[in-house]
Amino acid sequence: MFLALRDLRFARGRFALMGAVVALIAVLGVLLSGLASGLADAGISGLRALPNTHMAFDAKATSEQFSRSTVEKEDWRAWAAAPGVEEAVPFGNTLANAVVTEGRKKGADVNLAVFGMPSDSYLAPEPTEGKGIAAGSNGIVISREIADEGVEVGDELTVDKSDIRLTVVGTVDETASYGHIGVVYADLETWRHLHYGLPGELPASARDQATAVALKLAPGADTAAVEKATGTRADDKEATYGASPGYTAESSTMALIQGFLYAISALVVGAFFTVWTVQRKAEIALLKALGASTGYVLKDAMAQVVTVLVVSTAAGTGVGLALGSAMIGKAPFSLTAAAVGTSSGLLIVLGVIGAVVAVRRITAVDPLTALGANR
Amino acid sequence: MTTPATTAADGREGTGREQSGLRLTGVTLVLGDGDTAVTALDGVDLTVRPGEFVAVVGPSGSGKSSLLAVAGGLQRPTSGTVHVDDTELTALNERGRTAARRRHIGYVFQQSNLLASLTVREQLLLPLHIDGRLDAAARKRADELIAAVDLTHRAGARPHQLSGGERQRAGLARALMASPSVLLVDEPTSALDRARAAEAVRLLAEQTHAQSTATVMVTHDTATLDAADRVHEMMDGRLTRA
Repeated sequence: MFLALRDLRFARGRFALMGAVVALIAVLGVLLSGLASGLADAGISGLRALPNTHMAFDAKATSEQFSRSTVEKEDWRAWAAAPGVEEAVPFGNTLANAVVTEGRKKGADVNLAVFGMPSDSYLAPEPTEGKGIAAGSNGIVISREIADEGVEVGDELTVDKSDIRLTVVGTVDETASYGHIGVVYADLETWRHLHYGLPGELPASARDQATAVALKLAPGADTAAVEKATGTRADDKEATYGASPGYTAESSTMALIQGFLYAISALVVGAFFTVWTVQRKAEIALLKALGASTGYVLKDAMAQVVTVLVVSTAAGTGVGLALGSAMIGKAPFSLTAAAVGTSSGLLIVLGVIGAVVAVRRITAVDPLTALGANR
Repeated sequence: MTTPATTAADGREGTGREQSGLRLTGVTLVLGDGDTAVTALDGVDLTVRPGEFVAVVGPSGSGKSSLLAVAGGLQRPTSGTVHVDDTELTALNERGRTAARRRHIGYVFQQSNLLASLTVREQLLLPLHIDGRLDAAARKRADELIAAVDLTHRAGARPHQLSGGERQRAGLARALMASPSVLLVDEPTSALDRARAAEAVRLLAEQTHAQSTATVMVTHDTATLDAADRVHEMMDGRLTRA
């Protein structure tokens, strides 16, 4: 670091410019990873919060299964009886628009992502306030997203068109969204009324249907036979996220943007240190003529790279965190230590890789040129 | 002017190392091959004892720089041997020659070749940092050498703040920092006026005798040869006594 630190001090204008570019990339990295996490939360945090390990969909539904899949009573019964299956209960989901007809926010429109499940099943939520869902009532438990809109326990919501009235009986203190809409939990019977838009008696065909079978499988459970027998396909929990509308497109778009950002950062750092190394060629030749090994010069150069990257990434990450904190609640944005750490770490690692390619030139510098061999 | 004493930071490998200076025997250097081959050095024999100051003069292209490159292990000769004290430089690999330059050979370059970001004092500390021997004794020796070349008042200045003569003196002090057995000096007066050139060469001779280095200076400048103990002439790669 003898020469590295003194070079940094001496050429501080150049390094400040480079550092500013890296810091801006770090800011963008933090904001993008916050947005990616936020969008993922808004898209599938409701599914993530469910205690299942797998979800069995109609095998004919190959994309956006939550919108296209329908399963029957025989299916979840067959799944419940299959070996290695610890839990198998019907699960339904649907989106609905409602108006607060009783409560502090009377008249307010509320969008609902309704998750339906048997009220006595392992899927039913444990409310942190009020009571849980119950069969034979139109009671719902709301997530924090809906509560944040001012809806409270005891409020009454009326669903558009069908005029089905729902009563808020409890809340769960956790983030649960589906397709960017706050989740409410309802008994399966209530869900069926909402899904089919029928407030009265349900037709026989609708009574024994659900969207999917929510499974809890033992590790290594072989489900091939029951899948074949029921015409369903069990996806693990991660795979079910892709069944949520728009989730795969959103997450792959964000991953693509982040990938390009990291590639650009490696190229920018590599380009800067290529120019810097070329400019230093005479100095490197001199160092070698004075007896410095190639390892010494490389170590010094890499110490310079790491110093620039770490300091500017830390500064950029700090600014990114401050900006990101201001965005929480105003945009789908969530900051986690893991996401920020990964973003900053990748920026440093890829920057170092870019710089390694650049400073490799040091090995080719001939100390003979220090003698001014032009004579 | 004071002369710094050799200290623990002097870079010599203990008391077992024999001080015999520089010896080139039958050194030939052919550059390129086939029709484009050029004989840069042609059977050069040269012995420089510790404390001896030898000047080599000759026109451009006569082989002076090649002589310094081979003598300092920057270039391997086509044939012949180079000894620095009891070490045969020509028998060493690249890594060995680099270590030998670090510990036993000092270079003073044309136009001093100082590093832009370092102060005069840091320029002197650099060779010992490279060798992993930067300690209190090294710092003391740097201050002594800076005083010896009359740069104490400029110790904190960077190269762009120094005059040509000051830069050349700083370059000389840096070359002496590791107490080398052999000092190789490349055109030290090319960027200096007559008075400063004479002063620089006088200082070089003085330090050669004080530090007991075997010094070879190549130069165009025949006006500064009085300070040398011996003068050789280089012509078409051959070395003759002037």
